[in-house]
Parts: sequence; structure tokens; C-alpha cells
Amino acid sequence: MASVTINNVRKSYGKTEVVHGVSLDIKDGAFVVLLGPSGCGKSTLLRVIAGLEPITSGDISIGGTVVNTLHPKDRNIAMVFQNYALYAHMTVYDNMAFSMQLKKLPKDEIKKKVDWAASILNLTPYLDRQPKQLSGGQRQRVAMGRAIVRDPAVFLFDEPLSNLDAKLRVQMRTEIKELHHKLSTTVVYVTHDQIEAMTMADTIVVLRDGVIEQVGKPLEIYDHPANLFVAEFIGSPSMNILSGEVASENGVPVVQSNGIALPLPMSAKVAAGQKVKFGVRPEHLRPTLGGAGFPAKVSVVEPTGPEIHIYADVGTQEICAITQERLELAPGADIRLVPELSRIHLFDPASGQIIGT
Amino acid sequence: MNRRASTFAVHAILAAYTLLALFPIFLILINSVKSRTAIFGSPLSLPGPDTFSLVGYQKVFSDSQVPLYFFNSVLVTVVTIALVLIIGAMAAWALTEYGFKGATLLKLYLSIGIMVPIRLGSVAILKLIVGMGLVNTWTGLILVYTAQGLPLSVFILSEFVGQIPKDLKEAGRAEGVSEYQIFVYVILPLLRPAMATVAVFSMIPVWNDLWFPLLLAPGNGAQTITLGIQQFIGEYVTDWNAVLAALSVAIIPVLVLYVVFSRQLIRGLTAGAVK
Repeated sequence: MASVTINNVRKSYGKTEVVHGVSLDIKDGAFVVLLGPSGCGKSTLLRVIAGLEPITSGDISIGGTVVNTLHPKDRNIAMVFQNYALYAHMTVYDNMAFSMQLKKLPKDEIKKKVDWAASILNLTPYLDRQPKQLSGGQRQRVAMGRAIVRDPAVFLFDEPLSNLDAKLRVQMRTEIKELHHKLSTTVVYVTHDQIEAMTMADTIVVLRDGVIEQVGKPLEIYDHPANLFVAEFIGSPSMNILSGEVASENGVPVVQSNGIALPLPMSAKVAAGQKVKFGVRPEHLRPTLGGAGFPAKVSVVEPTGPEIHIYADVGTQEICAITQERLELAPGADIRLVPELSRIHLFDPASGQIIGT
Repeated sequence: MNRRASTFAVHAILAAYTLLALFPIFLILINSVKSRTAIFGSPLSLPGPDTFSLVGYQKVFSDSQVPLYFFNSVLVTVVTIALVLIIGAMAAWALTEYGFKGATLLKLYLSIGIMVPIRLGSVAILKLIVGMGLVNTWTGLILVYTAQGLPLSVFILSEFVGQIPKDLKEAGRAEGVSEYQIFVYVILPLLRPAMATVAVFSMIPVWNDLWFPLLLAPGNGAQTITLGIQQFIGEYVTDWNAVLAALSVAIIPVLVLYVVFSRQLIRGLTAGAVK
């Protein structure tokens, strides 16, 4: 078990820099998820922690030791890959025992450890099989078994669930989380799937183009995005963003956008005439058939079961609202949308940063 | 229907080619058990009760040198294949896995060896071997044959090493396995089919070669079987019985080696490694 400290790490391939000075503290026993769209440098960051790629500058320490130039084998890490990377010519048992056999540990100790890992991962009946005789989920469990038998300082997961089907993914998600509770080893987990990130992480690190955009607890990031990118990236359907200008209407601050006035809380730190981007999550827009709120025209209605997603046009812009009420709405209907004042976000259009409300 | 016709055509062509390729061997085999007059009288007919004769085999096996020649050939071939495979795999791994400076250039340089026949350098090789005092030794032959087989070996194995999923090597690395151990325990087992291919390709020319034994090891008990057979071919009289019998026997070891290697040519060895 160990903490991981990344200090101003840069990584270039040739002349292209893909990680631009990232600093991050990962506490001992934490479950940290690196989240971001493709090409944001999250996998690269994981690979430099593992030592599979050298860093261009900066420092990486694992458990207080700087490991910049250490070979992966000397870093006491275990990595689980997206495509499992099992040794196809070995049985499940040998796959898990491989590294210990090479270290010439006593046979009974190896057996004890493999049996322990197999029982945690429900792999005991499959120990004599070859990887090709296993299903995707079982293969991924073998890959995790291979990692946990070594009792490493840090687990590194590189999109381990991407190759599994949706149902299995949900199941494995829970299993990995349980595993972390049992072992409480530090985990660094890379994914582009925000649901995985939200459900599993203690701390989410949102990355874009090789830069950390925000670090925080899952709900903190969801409820208080630091900037436009995080606001739009986290959440599905994503946050509605409306561009406009701050004005005052009857002494109440509003944002004039697309010909409507969006109300602001009195506490908003904005001045009249200031250009802003007004953000509100779909579930914080309450659709009503009359009265308060701003007008919109329904374009698409998507019932998902627990809730209904309503896509509506405001001026030229389409926005989304989510409700649990069973509203009978047809495309073309006129509705009014009421934003929840305490849950709105204002962003500076130039920098994209949040403005306090 | 169309598909069946084309399958049939393919098989017909392949069967015809097989017959063509096997015919000389068939001729050697049937004539090796015929009497001398029958060989010349009707070389294409099968041995009958009148023409059947094992005189060739008797001569070959009564010659005390032949077992030695056999041993020499087998030894030279097996050691050469072993060296070609081990060194070739190591070179392929190094050239493919570690993109060091000049790796591509080195690969190109090595592939020249595939295009330029090693016999062009016979004079230089002979000088070199004489200079090193390796004339009439197994070592001399093995070194030359290893050099002859390596370019193709490195070339083919590089391709296969390149196809081994990157994650497998990295999984090993992340697991605390050293580079040597990754090569031996992860890469080599996965290269088995490729190595069998290389072995088959490099074995036949070495076994069949007459040129280098003639140049580098013509005497002193280091002769190979191809050279040994030459003793039955005289300037004025050739003992065809013995030549054909010796040739027939010489097919056996290479056939055995082929069977051994071809069993390794299993496809899909990486199935289940990665999705």
C-alpha cells in the first residue's frame, strides 16, 4: 500500500507534448479515477506511473520513493489491461502464479495465494482452464487475480471494463469496488465512461488535452463543475448551456438569451451587461404547462422509464429537461421550463471558468 | 456448385504439383531396390522378383564411413537450426521491441542477406575459415550455415514478434518480470509456430548442401552425407545402386525433423490472450 505523487509531469512523443505538467496527490488506499475523452492523456498518465513509458520531465513517487527511472518491475505495481493480456499458453492458475514462480517463491505459498485470489474472484472452478475457454468477464477476473496475488503497492486499471458487455460491466464495477474495500490498496483507474467514474471513485480527476481540469469527489464534480468543459463532459444528457448577457429585470438579475430572460439568484457575482454562459442540468429544469418559467416548444419526448427526457427548442437552441412527472406531451406542444435557482451555474465565456453564484 | 468446382480445381492443381514434386523421389526409391542392369534397362518400372536387389543398401551400410557422415549431417543441421532459431528470435525481439537508433537500418542490412546468396562470398568465407583453422570441422560448417539462415529467420520472426500484442509484454513488465524472463516465458512460447516455419525453411538447404562441405570440410571425418554420397560417383564408373540407396536413406532424418517441426505449426496460439 502506498501513496502516489505526481509532480509537474510532462510527457512528449517526439515534438508533440501530450501531458502538460500534471500534478496530483493520490492518498494511500484511495480509489482515483482518471476521466476524460479519448486522447486526453489519461492512459499515458497511467502508463508513466506504471513505468511503461518514460516521462519527459517532472517527478513520480510511489510510497515516497521517486520512481522516475525505475523499470516497471521494480515499482511494485500491478496493472490490469483493457484487453486482459493473459498468457494464452498458460492455464488460469499459471497465469496468476507466473510472476511468483519466476521469483521462486515456495510452491505452497504460491498455491495459497492463488487459491485465495481465485476464491475472492470466483475463479476456483476454472483454475485448470486455458484463457481461451473463458468468457470475457472471467478473463478480466483472471487479469485482476494476476494483479492481486502480488499484493502490490498500487493497482493500475486501464479501461478494464471497455471490452465487456453492458450487463457484465455493471457487475464487474461492483466487484472491483468490493475488491477495493477488501484490499484497500491504492487504485488508479482510467476510463472514459463517466458512470464508471462516478460510481467507483473516491476522487475523480477530469483531464482534457493533457491538463487536469478538475479534481474532486464524484458528486462535488457533478454539482460544482469548475469550468465549462467539466460541466458539459460530466452528466448525461449533458448540462444545458445558454449564452447571454446579464440584465436587470424589476431589480432581479437575469440572463437575456435567445429572446428569453433566465432568472439568476440575487447572490450571483455578475454585473449588468456582462456576457455569461448560463448552465443548468436537465434535472434542474422543471417543465410545467403554464405559469412561471420561460417558454419552449417540445421537439422530442423520450420516456426512459424512471423519468422522461424532454427536448425543447428555446429560440434556435435545443435544451433538455428531465422530469419524473408523467406529463402527456406531444412534439410541438408549448411548455414552460422553471430552472431551480440554487442549482444554476454561470461561466465566463472567455475563460470558461465558473463565476460564483 | 461454382464453389465446389473451384475447390476441385485447386485440389487438382495441388495434387498434380505434388505428383510432379514427388516423382523424382519415387524414382530414387524404386530404383534403389533394383539391380544395376534393371536400373539402366527400365528405370521407370517397379522392382519385380527378377530385378529386386538390395545390393545398394548392402554397400552403403557396409561402408564404415556412412554412419559417420550421417551423424555429421544430423549434428550440423540440428545445431544450425538451434542457433538460427535462438539467435534469430533474440535479434528479432531486440530489433522489434526496442526501437533503438538504427534498428530499421540494421533490419534492412540483415534482409540483404536474404537477397544475396551466401555462396557469392565463398572465397572470402574459405579464407576466413582457413584463417581461423576451422577447415574440416563441424564448427566451420555450423557457423557458415547459421550465417546463411539468420537473415530469413530474423526477418520472419520480426514480423511475428511485431504481431504479439503489446499488452502481453507490458503485462509481464508490470508484473515484475524482467526483460529476459518476458522473452523466455512469454515471447518464445508464442513464437513457436513461427519458429517451426523458420526451422523448416532453414533445415532443407543445410541438409542438402554440397557446396560448403566440399569447400570447407572435404575430409578428416567431417564430411556430411551429401559429400559421402559423392564417393560412389566416380569419374568413369558410378555405383548407382549405392548412390540411390544412400539418397533414399538420407531422406529419412530430414523427414523426421520435418514431422517434428510441422506439429508445432499450430495456428491461433494467442487465442484468448487478448480480446
